[in-house]
Amino acid sequence: MRVYVPKDAAARALGADAVAEALTREAEARGMEITLVRTGSRGMIWLEPLVEVEMDGLRHGWGPADPRDAAAILDGAGPKALGPVEELDWMKRQTRLTFARVGVVDPASLPDYAAHGGLAGLRRALEMTDAQIVAEVRESGLRGRGGAGFPTGLKWETVRTAPGPVKYIVCNADEGDSGTFADRMLMEGDPFCLIEGMAIAGLAVGAEKGFVYIRSEYPDAIAAMESAIAAARAGGMLGVSVLGSGRAFDMEVRVGAGAYVCGEETSLLNSLEGKRGTVRAKPPLPALEGAFGRPTVVNNVISLASVPTILANGAAAYAAQGLGRSRGTIPMQIAGNVARGGLFEAGFGMSLGRIVDDLAGGTASGRPVRAVQVGGPLGAYFGREKFDTPFGYEEFDGQGGLIGHAGIVVFDDSVDMLAQARFAMEFCAVESCGKCTPCRIGAVRGVEVLDRVAAGDPAALPLLADLCETMRDGSLCALGGFTPYPVMSAVTGFPEDFGGAREAAE
Amino acid sequence: MSMSEAPHAAEIGARLREIVAAHARLDGPLLPILHAVQAEWGHVPRSAIAPLADALNLTTAEVHGVVSFYHDFRDAPAGRHLLKVCRAEACQARGGRGIEDSARDRLGIEFGETTPDGAVTLEPVYCLGLCACGPAAMLDGTLHARLDSDRLDALLAECGA
Ligand SMILES: Cc1cc2nc3c(=O)[nH]c(=O)nc-3n(C[C@H](O)[C@H](O)[C@H](O)COP(=O)(O)O)c2cc1C
Repeated sequence: MRVYVPKDAAARALGADAVAEALTREAEARGMEITLVRTGSRGMIWLEPLVEVEMDGLRHGWGPADPRDAAAILDGAGPKALGPVEELDWMKRQTRLTFARVGVVDPASLPDYAAHGGLAGLRRALEMTDAQIVAEVRESGLRGRGGAGFPTGLKWETVRTAPGPVKYIVCNADEGDSGTFADRMLMEGDPFCLIEGMAIAGLAVGAEKGFVYIRSEYPDAIAAMESAIAAARAGGMLGVSVLGSGRAFDMEVRVGAGAYVCGEETSLLNSLEGKRGTVRAKPPLPALEGAFGRPTVVNNVISLASVPTILANGAAAYAAQGLGRSRGTIPMQIAGNVARGGLFEAGFGMSLGRIVDDLAGGTASGRPVRAVQVGGPLGAYFGREKFDTPFGYEEFDGQGGLIGHAGIVVFDDSVDMLAQARFAMEFCAVESCGKCTPCRIGAVRGVEVLDRVAAGDPAALPLLADLCETMRDGSLCALGGFTPYPVMSAVTGFPEDFGGAREAAE
Repeated sequence: MSMSEAPHAAEIGARLREIVAAHARLDGPLLPILHAVQAEWGHVPRSAIAPLADALNLTTAEVHGVVSFYHDFRDAPAGRHLLKVCRAEACQARGGRGIEDSARDRLGIEFGETTPDGAVTLEPVYCLGLCACGPAAMLDGTLHARLDSDRLDALLAECGA
């Protein structure tokens, strides 16, 4: 009998290791033969640890499991039985292209990866020219999932045509945005998919070396990537002759050191080179002068991990999903105060209200939803009046927000929006790389000005608006440049929380 | 390493040379080396800066500049236990600020400090990627989710705090 227990960091933080041990012990006590496989997470975090048992070829779920549930699970019964996992509403309503294998396969096994459709994209890419691969990615409409939404094919074309004997693929796995965990889940649950995407990128632009820059806060993802890279080398997926093609590609993991700004691509490159993680002025574009001064593709984990399915099933199949200029699927991360939190991959276009009220089931606290921050600490706060906004790059931009890395953090009505605005400034001050003044000084002043707002100073709000304008227009990167999003969206969308100063002004 | 004296240059010299040699083939080896140094001594000893600069053909100012830029690298050892409490938005939405306060109150220290008996160092962390099951914290490398103040108390009791 095959039993699956997630090894995903969230599942482990909720006790999955103890559940796995209990299942092994219970099986031994019964003299029952089980094969216990540690997988990634299906993304239904509210049900973690979610144990699955294969029965008649179908995987049945139990969750959230406790070590005391081991006997019931092995009996195939009990109050936590969920039935076939693929039949659960949350699973059935998704279009899992990038996350197709996450939670399903053994992330440490290359044969398992290949048996579940892995390597098909890479095999096809090996039969194409570099220009054909880039064209395919371009036609898929894939845009960067790291936040800026830049067309991936266009970036690759710039690197492909850049002169130079040495080029690099750098995967941005710094995932510092609160409310996001898709990169982590992908690396822990299907690391070969990222490796495959990077190898295809290497073929497309003529790079033979890749780096995955992973934040140090993700020890499990680091371990999963390290072991998958070793297995990929041993299995001939990486190395001097990728899948026996005679084409070389290899890669290594680099570990960050706790700086949020190192997710910004030029800062990441400095960090990779062993320097302070300060932001570089652009131009030169990293595509032309990136890692170690060489032409470099810098892409987010999800951008790169979406490439294998695009190559395997064709650009058209991917582009058929989505809305407007947001093509394909987006793994939305539903987080914060929600009844059902987790990862949900679907074509772009679902309204924010449907995501929050329907998918997430409202708040965990049972109180009304008051604010939703989309796109991480640099994303705007939306109130219910914006719940009609469809999930797409242009659509969110049109409402004064951004989708960023697709993290959706829900707050109930106990939230103090002035405190949230203050936190945004405080975070910017803590994480500023210090290179430009609007960000370094502006964020510190921002905290002070918000304290004056809290104290009821009528002059403080106009000053705050002014300061935000300076930060937005004058910062070198989006850390200082976008911090005004959460701050000003809180002020304009939730003026009642800034009332002390407002009343005094009237 | 526990709260012992900072090691002297002579003591760390040999091991430091091994660490540098182990990373010799990497491009841009400084961060991997600093992680290895911190894993060895629990912090980046001041006495390691000059030999590192020497070995990597950098100035001591450059090496010091890198060490001081990153939140992860510490210039003194942490307490016997290291508690990192997530302070980011998704945890805030689920009562994270209350957990921050409990941790401070219970330990009688602020973020960035170590209890006088050297048992626990308390640090902030901005996201552990456990945003659908907060509030979250990491104790000595192990993750904990859906924390409440009782569970935090139990964790701290295990640390002897
Ligand atoms: C302060 C800051 C932090 C960022 N953090 C990340 C991050 O953690 N991961 C990421 O992929 N992109 C991050 N970005 C965006 C990157 O600069 C860049 O746009 C991205 O890596 C490009 O890859 P993509 O085109 O695949 O999205 C950040 C940007 C800024 C300004």
